[in-house]
Amino acid sequence: MVYLTRKAEFSASHYYHNPEFTADENARIFGKCNNPNGHGHNYTLEVTVKGAVDPKSGFVVDLKQLKDTMNKEVLDSLDHRFLNKEVPEFFTRIPTTENIAIAIWQRLAPKLKTAQLHRVRVYETPDLFVDFYGEA
Amino acid sequence: MKAHLTRRYMFSASHRLHSDEMPEEQNRAVYGKCNNPFGHGHNYVVEITVSGPVDERTGMVCNLVDLDGFVHQRVLERYDHQNLNVIQEFTKQVPTTENLCIAIYEIVQRGFRKAHLERVRIEETMMNSFEYLGEM
Repeated sequence: MVYLTRKAEFSASHYYHNPEFTADENARIFGKCNNPNGHGHNYTLEVTVKGAVDPKSGFVVDLKQLKDTMNKEVLDSLDHRFLNKEVPEFFTRIPTTENIAIAIWQRLAPKLKTAQLHRVRVYETPDLFVDFYGEA
Repeated sequence: MKAHLTRRYMFSASHRLHSDEMPEEQNRAVYGKCNNPFGHGHNYVVEITVSGPVDERTGMVCNLVDLDGFVHQRVLERYDHQNLNVIQEFTKQVPTTENLCIAIYEIVQRGFRKAHLERVRIEETMMNSFEYLGEM
């Protein structure tokens, strides 16, 4: 079994707000992230897949295919978007780094054919990142 | 769904690697430059990884304000701009980054209740890093 990681970057804006909370609760829990006009980040995405090395190609996965899948399923929808308003997963779920990692996993897992998705890591900033391994 | 959240922090401290259980010559042989009697310093980077179910109301494993508050108060306040050798846990133990990893793990494990501690990772320099996941 070999693990392969591909990186990508996307820039997006978001804000944190739960309509079930009062305005005070939203402000207390989410702080500056509650500003309804949103704010942005340069996110770094790391997608790790695992699999056996194909004896003919020497690949775990064709990197071109992985890159195309990441572009089509994730970056085309998230890059330069306001996540709360333009990405369907975040119409009802708060676009925290945790939920972004989960959404990216859910977009990619069914589309990867040869290798198995192992981990989605999303950096919101260089000093904050979330890993999702598909655990229930 | 369970996610892992990692936050990076930094502090600067000095230390000297020296064991009273070894003669001077052996200390110099084992610790080399790190045995310099006057000590030396590092910019340490500490990565704290916590895990847990993503709260559906907040989208979070735990509120970063809580994690940052805890780590600043209990870890960074304790070690930043200090000489590690005179801090209680290192009066009888050599302040190697291995032992520092374990000490920080124990502080977070004992005191932080908002999420499960998975791992403490410390970069002593850009070239060296150490991880402690608790007793396996």
